[in-house]
Amino acid sequence: MQTLNLLAAGEELNPLIPHPVEIVLSLVVFGLLFLAVKKFVVPNFEKTFSERTSAIEGGLAAAETKQAEADAKLAELEKQLADARHEAARIREEAREQGAAIVSEMRDQAQAESTRIVDHGKAQIEAERQQAVTSLRAEVGTLATALAGRIVGESLDDDDRSNRVVERFLADLETMESARSGGTSTNGDGAR
Amino acid sequence: MSLIGTLVVRAEGFTPPGPGDFNLPPIGGGTGTFEWLGQSHYIGVTKPMVQLVLAAILVFGFFYLAAKRREMVPGRMQYVAEEAYGFVRNSMGRDIIGSADFMRFVPYLFALFFFLLVNNLMASVPLIQFPTFSRSGMVYSLAVLSWVIYNGVGIKKHGLVGYLKLQSVPSGVGGPILLLLVPLEFMSNILVRPFTLALRLFANMFAGHLLLILFALGGEYILLHMAIQFAPVGILAWVLFIAVAFLEILIQFLQAYVFVLLNAMYIQGAVADEH
Repeated sequence: MQTLNLLAAGEELNPLIPHPVEIVLSLVVFGLLFLAVKKFVVPNFEKTFSERTSAIEGGLAAAETKQAEADAKLAELEKQLADARHEAARIREEAREQGAAIVSEMRDQAQAESTRIVDHGKAQIEAERQQAVTSLRAEVGTLATALAGRIVGESLDDDDRSNRVVERFLADLETMESARSGGTSTNGDGAR
Repeated sequence: MSLIGTLVVRAEGFTPPGPGDFNLPPIGGGTGTFEWLGQSHYIGVTKPMVQLVLAAILVFGFFYLAAKRREMVPGRMQYVAEEAYGFVRNSMGRDIIGSADFMRFVPYLFALFFFLLVNNLMASVPLIQFPTFSRSGMVYSLAVLSWVIYNGVGIKKHGLVGYLKLQSVPSGVGGPILLLLVPLEFMSNILVRPFTLALRLFANMFAGHLLLILFALGGEYILLHMAIQFAPVGILAWVLFIAVAFLEILIQFLQAYVFVLLNAMYIQGAVADEH
């Protein structure tokens, strides 16, 4: 630096006194820079800023719309879901009622049926018993009559005799019985 | 500094740095001079002139390339440029001048700030290491320009009389005190401002660079040409050189900022309705 200090030697420079070329040069260079910046740089920045602002604002507005739509849809779906739940509960309740009704009806029917069957059986048994009683009564009557006839036909004052009569009767009865079965078989043979 | 240096050091053969160190000869030699305002000046292109043009090209080139792409999602370069632009636009333009009509001053403030900043920072760029605005002529034109601009927009808005009244007569003050206040306000708002603007920037750049030269050359002189027991002082001088160099970077930014900030405030005061 000191070797460059050519003019300083001998005279003291006053740094406040300007170099005229520098005044003009500074003004011109800065003026050109200003014009270039004003024309080519600042508009680009401003345009970018405003575009970005509008893009962000547009994005925000779109997001808001989407959000509102989504909210509405969600509310609708929730309402539908609640309706469906309600409906399902109603149907279930109905089904339960119907089921109970069906069960009780079936029970009544079964009760009635069983009562009917029991009644029917009872009536049948009674009828058969009646029939048996009737036929038994008739048979007993016949047998009694036959026995009585035998007994009356013999002397009834002798015990031994009466015993014999009874035994004979019983034996007859047995022979009658066997004869009936034998007779039928001989009859069957004879017929053949 | 120069006086003390003359008294104390020159006796031992050390030539202290002075204003002459800022009067660089033209590039490529040439020692022709001309007289102007009682002082002789070099004829030719000097280093600060080249720096001035280079700074303008750098500022425009960077911001033009960065702003050209105009992407919604900015890349690194565009982001940096947008932040830088937004810093001047918002913190110095909009916040001070007001959102109503700051936009028409943004190109001026923006170009001015980065023009000043790059030129100032050149004092700290290795191999360049010369503050462009330590040349007073460079600063005068910018100060005069800002004076023309703020007075111009003021007169355009309020008319000459209305503007002078706005700048000279403080509102809410009446009576004989005005006799005192009006000349003061006129002085401070109209006359003194370009001088303070210019001198603040010029003197800071000039003094900072002078200080650095002093530490560098003084340390060198102590280490090379003085007895060995003074060596620690020479080392200390170089350590201080580094420290002051970092301080200078801060000052370079700050002076650019202050210059543009004051410009914005002057414009705001000039276009204000009342203040």
